[in-house]
Amino acid sequence: MRYLIPVVVLAALVVLFAFGLQHDPREVPSPLIGKPAPAFNLKLLDDGTSYSNADLKGRPVLVNFFASWCEGCQVEHPVLLKLAREFNVEIIGMDYKDKPEDVTNWLARHGSPYRKVVMDEEGTAGLDWGVYGVPETFVLDAAGTIVYKQIGPMTEQAWREKIAPLMAGAKP
Amino acid sequence: MRVLLMLLALLPMLASATNAADISGLNAEQEARYRTLTNQLRCLVCQNQNIADSDAPLAADLRNQVKRQLLAGESNQQITDYLTERYGDFVLYKPPFKAITLLLWFGPVLLVLLALGMAYAFARRSRSTAKTVAVDEDKLRKLLEENK
Repeated sequence: MRYLIPVVVLAALVVLFAFGLQHDPREVPSPLIGKPAPAFNLKLLDDGTSYSNADLKGRPVLVNFFASWCEGCQVEHPVLLKLAREFNVEIIGMDYKDKPEDVTNWLARHGSPYRKVVMDEEGTAGLDWGVYGVPETFVLDAAGTIVYKQIGPMTEQAWREKIAPLMAGAKP
Repeated sequence: MRVLLMLLALLPMLASATNAADISGLNAEQEARYRTLTNQLRCLVCQNQNIADSDAPLAADLRNQVKRQLLAGESNQQITDYLTERYGDFVLYKPPFKAITLLLWFGPVLLVLLALGMAYAFARRSRSTAKTVAVDEDKLRKLLEENK
């Protein structure tokens, strides 16, 4: 019985560490999950017309905060292209703290997975959406409610396991 | 050597100079609140720094936001509420007191109580084992005489 105590303590620590090590401390859970998408009214990259949070309603969409200066965005870019082309996912790009000419060049070089690119030059929408480091991707349902947030680059695994089931409407 | 030391002593001034420009336009009372708030808010990019010390662009944005809201006459509570709505309780260095943070607040107390309990049990056990040693006075006397 006495010798069982250290074994139990060790087992408890192993469970604690196994749990702790699977969590990335850089991923801060968003308090916006389950809430409506924060309001914004910004200009589109291509024609300068305004685009607001109201335009995100009616169908499930991905809202992807990215920038031409962001390295993680290049990492996730092929995945976003694949989602747009193969799965017909509607991705709205929020160009965070970036210049129109820079992002235009960047999209010309890498290809655009975005149905629309919204210019958030001052990062005000980013602040309201609780973005703390691009890339970050929000999953919105048809009602415009945030149902999931992917922090860091989008991956095929995250798409398959977490996001695709939430976006049942988006199928080829 | 002395010159080098003096230059080294000047280094912290450089560090504080980077964030000094932020407070222009605030009155003395707002400036004090600005210092308190920016020292209590965590920079989410470099997580072990507050936004007053961090050079990350996000920290600068958050400092500006705090300043803007101070100028707009918002209370400290309104400003921290604004940030927790967006970034969650993690932006606060001092976690709020709620059901989910109970373990965080009382964990250390529980650990101390557990340690005290174990120490007490250990002390009692060693005392009780000490009691069971019966001393045979005759044997003891004999032993002492043999070793004289």
